[in-house]
Amino acid sequence: MIRVRIPYHLQVLAQVGREVVVNLDEEATVGGVLDALERDHPVLRGTIRNHDDGKRRPFLRFFACGEDVTLEGFEFKLPGAIQSGEEPFRVIGGMAGG
Amino acid sequence: MEGVRVLVGTRKGAFILSSDEKRNEWDIKGPIFSGWEVFHIKGSNLDSKRIYASQHTDWFGQKVQRSDDGGETWTPIGDQFTYEGEVGTHQTFDGTQQPWKFKRIWQFAPSDSDADIVYAGVEDAALFRSNDAGLTWNEIPALRHAKGELWQPGAGGMCLHTIIQDAKNAERMFVAISAAGVFRTDDGGKNWKPINNGLKSLYELPDSTAEVGHCVHNIAQHPSNPDVLFMQKHWDIMRSNDGGDNWNEVSGNLPTDFGFPIGIHTHEPETIYVIPIKSDSEHFPPEGKLRVYRSRSGGNEWEALTNGLPQANCYVNILRSALAFDTLDSCGIYFGTTGGQVYVSADSGDHWKAIVHDLPAVLSVEVQTLT
Repeated sequence: MIRVRIPYHLQVLAQVGREVVVNLDEEATVGGVLDALERDHPVLRGTIRNHDDGKRRPFLRFFACGEDVTLEGFEFKLPGAIQSGEEPFRVIGGMAGG
Repeated sequence: MEGVRVLVGTRKGAFILSSDEKRNEWDIKGPIFSGWEVFHIKGSNLDSKRIYASQHTDWFGQKVQRSDDGGETWTPIGDQFTYEGEVGTHQTFDGTQQPWKFKRIWQFAPSDSDADIVYAGVEDAALFRSNDAGLTWNEIPALRHAKGELWQPGAGGMCLHTIIQDAKNAERMFVAISAAGVFRTDDGGKNWKPINNGLKSLYELPDSTAEVGHCVHNIAQHPSNPDVLFMQKHWDIMRSNDGGDNWNEVSGNLPTDFGFPIGIHTHEPETIYVIPIKSDSEHFPPEGKLRVYRSRSGGNEWEALTNGLPQANCYVNILRSALAFDTLDSCGIYFGTTGGQVYVSADSGDHWKAIVHDLPAVLSVEVQTLT
């Protein structure tokens, strides 16, 4: 069981709360969690990763246990506290401006 | 009871403004899709309860929503816009070639002949069609074969922003692209040709009369007279009497011939409207006076319409899709500003009043006449 926190606008779009739970058969990677999130909530397809090339949308970041793992890639294996559900995996909408 | 439903797209969501045929008292609903840009929200002429909305942010990309109950509830529909075949390249600001890449939807055009067909004009410029009310989309690729490699972005991006379905010929359609020009198909989209003869872009193009590359801001056609087209180009108001094959300037006595939208009176095919804007760099009404200009002669002779509009200290802009006309007997006209006002005139432009003052910047205005 992986806990995933998603930004407000995606919560509204998917009609879910701040945190959603996804289940994976394998050890959780960033890409695996996103696959499961999109499987359970198809309306989120294209909002975190591009439809056309599958790349992360540029203004989004991924955090695990307080660490920015965005640039680790989709194959990055998430820490044990995420795997166990103790900590959420966070999808963050980057902020800009003053 | 007759009435109107005004569909407003803004930088931070959509709004629906409703009134009876008097257009005095208004019900305001929104924001819908709060916090998202809504470039366009457009209802079907065949089914007034069916409305499409373009929901976008730079963070989360493009979503498409459809309502089948007049905007009461919404359902996310297809949002994959994949260019057909070899993607190809277009020109960019520095003259180099860049591959086409989908960014957002600028305009929906629900079909006037089939309630399940809808067209979408997108950035980077292309035309898509759905045969299943927006669940899936396919490009009409022949359009980009019309010298697409020479198209280039305007300041707002390389967008297909205007789609016109010919009222008397189902095989004929027009689109306008910034900055490429106007294009026409006479065979239902199988072939397209640039129709920009007569346009002059002295300050924008190395070859001022090039076949493509012109920064066309908006075009309009009256259904009763489909061979006559009107255009607001970056500079110049233009008119064609032959379905776009040739264009002549009709800017006449306007204080500036720069602007974004152009529109036609519902019941008077030779009565046209523009909203002049000072440019290139300032993009607000000349002298801080918000004036709609009307020509009752199809161009050249223009009168300023000011009653009810601010005539001092007004520095808003009116974007290309933010002017609309209802079909009531006394023609109603609506426009929205980047300052968040939506104005209405229930008498062809003689008198104006603000329906709302403080919306987010208005990107588009459409109106449905309800019977």
